[in-house]
Amino acid sequence: MDQNRIRNFCIIAHIDHGKSTLADRIIEKTGLLTSREMQAQVLDNMELERERGITIKAQTVRTVYKAKDGEEYIFNLIDTPGHVDFNYEVSRSLAACEGALLVVDAAQGIEAQTLANVYLALDHNLDIVPVINKIDLPSADPERVKAEIEDVIGLPAQDAPLISAKTGVNIEDVLEAVVHKIPAPGGSENHPLKALIFDSVYDPYKGVIIFCRIMEGTVKKGTPIRMMATGATAEVVELGTFAPGQFLPCDKLSAGMVGYLTASLKNVKDTRVGDTVTNAQEPCSEPLPGYKKVNSMVYCGMYPADGAKYPDLRDALEKLQLNDAALKFEPENSVALGFGFRCGFLGLLHLEIIQERLEREYNLDLVTTAPSVIYKIHKTDGDVIDITNPSNLPDPSEVDYMEEPIVSAEIMVTTEFVGAIMKLCQERRGNYLGMEYMETTRALLKYELPLNEIIYDFFDALKSRSKGYASFDYELKGYERAELVKLDILINKEEVDALSFIVPEATAYERGRRMCEKLKAEIPRQLFEIPIQAAIGSKVIARETVKAMRKDVLAKCYGGDITRKKKLLEKQKEGKKRMRQVGNVEIPQKAFMSVLKLDED
Amino acid sequence: MEKEQKKLAVYVHIPFCAKKCGYCDFLSAPATGQVREAYIRALRQEISAFAERNRKALLDYYVCSVFFGGGTPSLLFEGVLGGILGLLREKLIFREDAEITVECNPNTLTTKKLSSYQRDGVNRLSIGLQSADNRELALLGRIHTFEDFLLSYRMAREAGFSNINIDIMAALPGQTMDSYAKTLGTVVKLKPEHISAYSLIIEEGTPFYERYGERDFGGLDGKPSDECLPDEETERAMYQLTGEILGEAGYSRYEISNYAREGKECRHNICYWNRTQYLGFGLGAASFFDGCRYCNVGDLTSYMEMAACGKPVCKKITRLSKKDSMEEFMFLGLRMMCGVSESDFSRQFGMGLFEVYGEVLKKHVSLGLIKVRDGRVSLTERGIDVSNAVFCDFLLDG
Repeated sequence: MDQNRIRNFCIIAHIDHGKSTLADRIIEKTGLLTSREMQAQVLDNMELERERGITIKAQTVRTVYKAKDGEEYIFNLIDTPGHVDFNYEVSRSLAACEGALLVVDAAQGIEAQTLANVYLALDHNLDIVPVINKIDLPSADPERVKAEIEDVIGLPAQDAPLISAKTGVNIEDVLEAVVHKIPAPGGSENHPLKALIFDSVYDPYKGVIIFCRIMEGTVKKGTPIRMMATGATAEVVELGTFAPGQFLPCDKLSAGMVGYLTASLKNVKDTRVGDTVTNAQEPCSEPLPGYKKVNSMVYCGMYPADGAKYPDLRDALEKLQLNDAALKFEPENSVALGFGFRCGFLGLLHLEIIQERLEREYNLDLVTTAPSVIYKIHKTDGDVIDITNPSNLPDPSEVDYMEEPIVSAEIMVTTEFVGAIMKLCQERRGNYLGMEYMETTRALLKYELPLNEIIYDFFDALKSRSKGYASFDYELKGYERAELVKLDILINKEEVDALSFIVPEATAYERGRRMCEKLKAEIPRQLFEIPIQAAIGSKVIARETVKAMRKDVLAKCYGGDITRKKKLLEKQKEGKKRMRQVGNVEIPQKAFMSVLKLDED
Repeated sequence: MEKEQKKLAVYVHIPFCAKKCGYCDFLSAPATGQVREAYIRALRQEISAFAERNRKALLDYYVCSVFFGGGTPSLLFEGVLGGILGLLREKLIFREDAEITVECNPNTLTTKKLSSYQRDGVNRLSIGLQSADNRELALLGRIHTFEDFLLSYRMAREAGFSNINIDIMAALPGQTMDSYAKTLGTVVKLKPEHISAYSLIIEEGTPFYERYGERDFGGLDGKPSDECLPDEETERAMYQLTGEILGEAGYSRYEISNYAREGKECRHNICYWNRTQYLGFGLGAASFFDGCRYCNVGDLTSYMEMAACGKPVCKKITRLSKKDSMEEFMFLGLRMMCGVSESDFSRQFGMGLFEVYGEVLKKHVSLGLIKVRDGRVSLTERGIDVSNAVFCDFLLDG
């Protein structure tokens, strides 16, 4: 196919502005699928994504569009994730495109993520085509939104397609805009092979399936390939393009095309997303730039509830890591929880998604410890170390000072909630940078916030204090010195490593008190009294007591039905098995997670 | 060589009552005279068929106790229980002094019934009083008042019954320490030979569960009302008080919920805790015989159909492994205040008690829940309070 007839593009939008629905309509209108074949949202084919209504994994689909000029065009539509946690995945997808459709809700207008995504797309030199969606809504005000796009983003929007992806109105306008406003790819099929890995999945039969965009050159069945960063080499076994919902094998992929490769690669570590694929015998001179290195921002410990499932957890994490370049993990062990992994995530949503996938897709029962950010510890001997697990913090006498990660946050909110949101940011140790009015009713608040303060439940708090109107985006700014202390929890006089936290000194007392209260509520009464203490070093700052079980006696004997009595005892014993034994104390698994949710009460 | 005869207890279930109480989860319901007659026919068929099938084996056993439980066995017309007893005597070998108990409720006893029990050899009555407070009785849904009970009790004494148990309950809706102490005092004055003092348990599937199961104490919208259940502390205090008042009056606690004058302990109940074998006849009745635990069907129609064909009416048979038996030995035996005997354990299982349960015993002795004295292992006062948690640890892994 002629390069001029290829359009590689993605759709960017704030969450819930209708990105996935528009993708479905494009697939439908380009006619590769009949309406009957359409699932509600073709691109979101993961069970979990459907339930949460967000796209986690970038996916891509190739369709054929017969334009009004009579020519057939190949559309490679690359789906992008829609949450701030997944900015890296968005950036990978963007780098494979020449243009982006910017979907803006006709009623809500520009939101924080709209802006963040636009800046990201501009960073990748994409041509951006605004599309105004949901014009069927009674509250739709497309003219106001057009003006907003022009004023705030600076993109011409007067002839932006006005559509309803839900009802299918004016989708044709979008398709024509793709043909005319998004440039065709460049690159020569005669140059040495240069392809960007923007995603990959693991298939038990085919091995690793690499999703790539060919920037230069050509790849065929049998081509010897090399991953430039990892150095892994292999021979291409199969290659093809992405039909909606399936792989469509073909003979070759050349510059400008988007497709997949398999090469009997079994080792997940060989195909790092972001790497450049080249021809092993005729390599290109240097790898492609542009892929940002992914950094985990949030860490937590994940442990199998049943210690014997440790190898299963490792296998599952390895498989997930293949599909998720942002997931990191390494073995660790805890006195309280046994063997497990310290896992790194992009954010809390990412963490929750991985946790749910491990539980649902791999049937693992997990105990997850409190998330932590990466702290920089400046030791008195001049060393600087990174700490992702609070229990690894050196003795306070060896610590000169500590630094914590700070993010620049932008919060867009209607003016009536500005006060409430400023109060929230204040509570979270935010440093106010300024405020801009986007229009008369909406403002963009700029804050610096410690990452630690936003990873637990900031997003939820933001939504609840703005009646759902605030939107939020952030990026890592750097590290700043902070007065931090390690807060330990002792249960029945024994320190429970999995419950240690690093907290600002100023709030340590309050936090310790609430953790003790929460644990008291979560730990069932046992045969003896259990003190729960919060301590900084050797100083106890808060204490609660789980009183000894008062009564657990069956007065009557059910006639002679001993079997029934025994069943009751067996059930009771089974319940005890589901708890973690720390010293003499049985702690329910959910207690480890519950201490995070201190703000819910 | 003549084999030594083994003890056997017999339980007969009468699943009928005048009115179902709100807390009751036993297999029992009101029924018409016709249904009752049909049931008694089925019961007789079950007994005959069982005796027929096990004729030879039963020659090795003698009956030491018969217990008519329910429901309300005293609801039946005079002569009915006697007829069943006659059948049992025909099919099984009875010991001369066998304990024969009928469970009764006030307002169902008549002088005629009582004298027929006497003639039939019934020598023990167990009367359900539950409370001496008429308001508490009404909240429980009982059909009688304290005065009704008193009448029945006096009639029983006049008819010549010299071994009577009175059932009472603690932790009732609306009950206070004072009202419970009054019930205890009133009962003691009547000088029964035996007192069973249970705590009310809110069982799933009963009307009480609907009302009290989900809330802590049954107060509406978190507000306490005078129909609330006493809290745990009060319930335990009531338990303590039972021991004190009954102890002073000359009753000793021989099992978690049972008190008796010396020599008047309920032999039938002790059979359960000692793992003596027993046959259960009737709807849903349980048996322990020849190393297995059996449970009869609980559906009245199926029971009657199956019994009519002379087929076994049990729906579940569990053959006990050595592990099962050891577990039972512990969690049943420990219900008795005298506890379990080390030598009995090693004689029955060929292993030492401490060999099997050393760790568990050590843990609970150090927690002050179990005491070991003179070759016997028993619960402490504190151990009784949390006995289920203690018993759980005697279930063996694997």
